Amino acid sequence: MTRFKGFIIKEFYHIFRDYRSMVILFGMPVIQILLFGFAINMDIKDARIAVLDNSKDVVTQKIIQKIVSSGYFKLTENLSGTKDIEQSFKNGKLKEVIIFEPDFTKKLYKDGQANIQIIADAADPNMANLLVNYSNAIITDFQKELMKSQNIPFQIIPEVQMRYNPDMKSVFMFIPGTMTIILMLISAMMTSISIAREKEMGTMEVLLVSPLKPVQIIIGKVVPYVFLAFINAVVILLMGTFVFGLAIKGNVVLLLAESMLFVIMALSLGIFISTAANSQLTAMMVSLVGLMLPTILLSGFIFPIENMPLVLQWISNAIPAKWFIIAVKGIMLKGTGISFIWKETVILAGMTLFFLAMSIKKFKIRLE
Amino acid sequence: MKSIQVNNIGKSYHQIPALKDISFGVEKGELFGLIGPDGAGKTTLLRILTTLLIADKGTATIEGSDVVKDYKTIRRIVGYMPGRFSLYQDLSVEENLKFFAAIFGATIEENYHLIKNIYSQIEPFKTRKAGKLSGGMKQKLALSCVMIHKPAVLFLDEPTTGVDAVSRTEFWEMLRDLKNSGITILVSTPYMDEARLCDRVALMQNGKIMNIDKPQRIIENFSRRLCAIKTKNMYRLLKDLQGFQKTNTVYPFGEFLHYTAKENDIDMKEIIKYLEQKDHEGIEMREITANIEDCFMELMNKN
Repeated sequence: MTRFKGFIIKEFYHIFRDYRSMVILFGMPVIQILLFGFAINMDIKDARIAVLDNSKDVVTQKIIQKIVSSGYFKLTENLSGTKDIEQSFKNGKLKEVIIFEPDFTKKLYKDGQANIQIIADAADPNMANLLVNYSNAIITDFQKELMKSQNIPFQIIPEVQMRYNPDMKSVFMFIPGTMTIILMLISAMMTSISIAREKEMGTMEVLLVSPLKPVQIIIGKVVPYVFLAFINAVVILLMGTFVFGLAIKGNVVLLLAESMLFVIMALSLGIFISTAANSQLTAMMVSLVGLMLPTILLSGFIFPIENMPLVLQWISNAIPAKWFIIAVKGIMLKGTGISFIWKETVILAGMTLFFLAMSIKKFKIRLE
Repeated sequence: MKSIQVNNIGKSYHQIPALKDISFGVEKGELFGLIGPDGAGKTTLLRILTTLLIADKGTATIEGSDVVKDYKTIRRIVGYMPGRFSLYQDLSVEENLKFFAAIFGATIEENYHLIKNIYSQIEPFKTRKAGKLSGGMKQKLALSCVMIHKPAVLFLDEPTTGVDAVSRTEFWEMLRDLKNSGITILVSTPYMDEARLCDRVALMQNGKIMNIDKPQRIIENFSRRLCAIKTKNMYRLLKDLQGFQKTNTVYPFGEFLHYTAKENDIDMKEIIKYLEQKDHEGIEMREITANIEDCFMELMNKN
């Protein structure tokens, strides 16, 4: 036991004395969360719009007011004619133009129908889609109120509900995603680098020619990172809660337990990488290219898995992050318990065992 | 029972032989040197003996334990200092020592007497990071680290490479002290002059042992008359002597050339006359006794 303790103390010295490790360990999570949270924000807020109001009457004014007061849009221009539309789009940061036809109110009450045209800048198609949907929703809402006050019978109004994330805030998307990436990075990359460093510096030879067992060396390498990754998971959740207003619906203990399972999985993957990589550089490249890219691209963090080609969907099943993200989203957003995410948990546990067994089997008790 | 017994060990890397049929034995408490240039196979041999590599053929035992079968036993009783062993640079002197004691289940206190002579020299710097130590101090710390668990056999791979002359001398004195306390030491070195500090040496070249004996005996067995020659123009002297028909070998050695003739009973004056004919000035020439390097060169030529 003293052997093992000595080993772990040494590992902590390595981590705390290397400023680069410290930056990766504690700087990166904070920076990534803030980056994803503020910079890569998919939420709509103050999108610039212009209005071409050809009737300028009570109803159009009401609709414009309702749109502007929603907080999603910001009225920057009042256009005077159709010819201005093109120019305004080209000039500025205008995202959308709303056009009311002449005699809007009159037509609405007389014919029961009036037209609004929405023109969006689809240079950014996702954004355009969102904006149009938001505008539509607001207008439909207005129409409903109108119908209610007019007491028109027999109406069928579809009511759309965005469950679990009613405001469709992207914070709920990126917190699980970022957590996955960071835990993966810290666990897999840092352990593989730290084992590769021993090989590079020639200290692994001395460790091998000692009574330490391979299991002891591996676990000794892993324990400090389990501890540090846990702290990171907590920091990310705290930032999500207090900076971005994420409310965790489910059981926090279960959430942390799943995180720990994922961390241990990533650690065993890191060890597995280091059994093959002999230098710190190789270890880092393999972790970054071989783990980070699939984790970001194929886990469903950014791109929905359902929209991928079938082959990629199959491949995504082998990405541990996919299962972790499903579990975490379930707990965080839906408040599901273990009975609903047992499948993901079992898959992660199975992957952990697989990588651990492979690592211990592949760990060389000699130099070749 | 010999402390180290090596029988017909052979090892190749991708069909390129690194060791060919190596056999020797080392007595308990002996300071045994593997002497040879880079690429002679010293490191490979040490790695096989420390259970880090498996030989293609042959067997070896350390304190009676087989290096393949009983590798676990061996790893408990030996101390191994690899050639590029650089300690943990970011750990202090004391932390390094504590760590190596801990992984062997030992403590500094219980074995302090073993390393006292060595460690006391670096103890004033015990809070300094290992990466900030000088080459000589690093080697002293490394030796302390591999000694702290009281190994029965010590393997040192080129411990004095890259260390200044004074530290090298000190280092060898420490090895003598350790040997006197009964520890078997197998040390490899490319420096021929260190051979005389060993009890016995094996001269290695191209994966083969050319000779094993006490350094003194190796020198005594040098079969030729050896001359040291010096003139004002050393480069031309070397060329001229190489062109001299009676020359057997001529090598630069420090500020002199070491020279042997084809016939041992050659008259010195004949050589001097030849050099004077070639317009050499300030000719100095005297007969000397051979050192290990001369013996090494002679053995190399024989093979």
